[in-house]
Amino acid sequence: MSEIMIDIQDLSFSRGSRLIFDRVSLQIPRGKVTAIMGPSGTGKTTLLKLIAGQLTPTHGRVLVDGLDVHQLARVDLFNLRKRMGMLFQSGALLTDLSVFDNIALPLREHTKLPEAAIRTLVLMKLEAVGLRGASELMPSELSGGMSRRVALARAVALDPQMIFYDEPFAGQDPIGMGILVRLIRNLNDAMGLTSVVVTHDVDEVLTIADHAVVLSGGRVIMSGSVEALRASQDPWVHQFIYGEADGPVAFHYPAQDYKQQLLAGVQ
Amino acid sequence: MRTQIEQVGAQFIALTTSFAQGFWFSLQLLWAVPSALLRVGEWMRQLYFAGVLSLLIIMVAGFFVGMVLALQGYNILVSFNATEIVGQMVALSLLRELGPVVAALLFAGRAGSALTAELGLMKSTEQLSALEMMGLDPVKRIFAPRFIAVLLALPMLAMLFSVMGILGGYLVAVPGLSVDDGAFWAQIQASVSWDEDVINSMIKSLVFAVTIGLVALFQGVQAMPTAEGVSRATTNTVVHSSLLVLGLDFVLTALMFN
Repeated sequence: MSEIMIDIQDLSFSRGSRLIFDRVSLQIPRGKVTAIMGPSGTGKTTLLKLIAGQLTPTHGRVLVDGLDVHQLARVDLFNLRKRMGMLFQSGALLTDLSVFDNIALPLREHTKLPEAAIRTLVLMKLEAVGLRGASELMPSELSGGMSRRVALARAVALDPQMIFYDEPFAGQDPIGMGILVRLIRNLNDAMGLTSVVVTHDVDEVLTIADHAVVLSGGRVIMSGSVEALRASQDPWVHQFIYGEADGPVAFHYPAQDYKQQLLAGVQ
Repeated sequence: MRTQIEQVGAQFIALTTSFAQGFWFSLQLLWAVPSALLRVGEWMRQLYFAGVLSLLIIMVAGFFVGMVLALQGYNILVSFNATEIVGQMVALSLLRELGPVVAALLFAGRAGSALTAELGLMKSTEQLSALEMMGLDPVKRIFAPRFIAVLLALPMLAMLFSVMGILGGYLVAVPGLSVDDGAFWAQIQASVSWDEDVINSMIKSLVFAVTIGLVALFQGVQAMPTAEGVSRATTNTVVHSSLLVLGLDFVLTALMFN
């Protein structure tokens, strides 16, 4: 079994006339937690959708466990997706199903397990995220953090090999954040997953990641261990990791000369 | 000058693209209908939302339309001393035209817009993506059951609309304007033909149901995943399906009653 779970080769993707990825190559190691970081709008979510085959690249390819995602027939792609779990930013629970039925859905659809076994499995998944008591609630009755945990339970319902987190920490209070950070690490180790966390919450993700990738402007700025990232001499990486207001990424949005613009109003 | 030409070209490309997407979407949807028919529970639930919840508006509207028809018809027929055929007039107007058309217009506003808004919201909250990621096809799981519900609901609602209309017409004509009770029903019985009027009425409703279902679902999936996008798609559903219903009604009438 190769050490590389996801191999992105020479990937380009554009939306309209805007080039989002410009010949990006990166590898995601098997069994590790990989953090993919970058400023907002760099296409981190798009990268996950490319890996999952929901979007098609304009150039290059994505190999997941040796399979070229964008060359697969629809049936094979759907089969591959059963080995992937995705935690969406919004949770993306089906609003017309209860918490229990949301988690049971992939099991009922993809397995022929009797209802009693499904019940046991769902309760086990809910126990793992600490929400066994919430199984009868509807998604609208959950807080943001809870619905993300339910979505996590659903994402691992089929015992996938890999799991993708899309901005798991966005909009979480410190407690919810702490819970999610711990869950991501524990699930990864307990289930032998390959986890990919896409985020710009640098401090949180670096406490649990094994491997880090920094994206910006459609390219990979840096890829390596967390220690290497923290020690990076690259001024851009340094600014991003330590969250400094000014640096290579300027505080000011490009504008005409300040003095001239002020004087123009006077005349 | 050049930019105007470019704009026309861009609009033309956008229009043809959306036609092609709509066509492709319709094919996928129709293809998924047979297997979705087997999931009785799902489309039954949707039938409740599309059909049962539209009952009130359809029945009340049908009742009033029938009353107005009888009133207006009576005012004209009375000068020819032919007030007995007010029943026939009400029944035929409703079955041939007003039943299917007005019910479809109301249905587009009530159930079609709700469908678009629901799907647009499901899209913007990534529920459709989530289904795909679970290896489940949203066309089969989400769209097809709703489409089936629309196909079943509208013909029944349109028939109910006509029945309520005849009832409303009866109340205005017979107790209200003292048209002869027996003549009212006898004229209806003598003039309404099962094949020509009732069956054609159902065919019309079914065509309108297909139209509204396709437009509403397509607008829902195409909606930009923002509040503004969903509201625009909802408006589009009502406008497009209403115009299509009226246009198709002309075509169908020309085919059926000539």
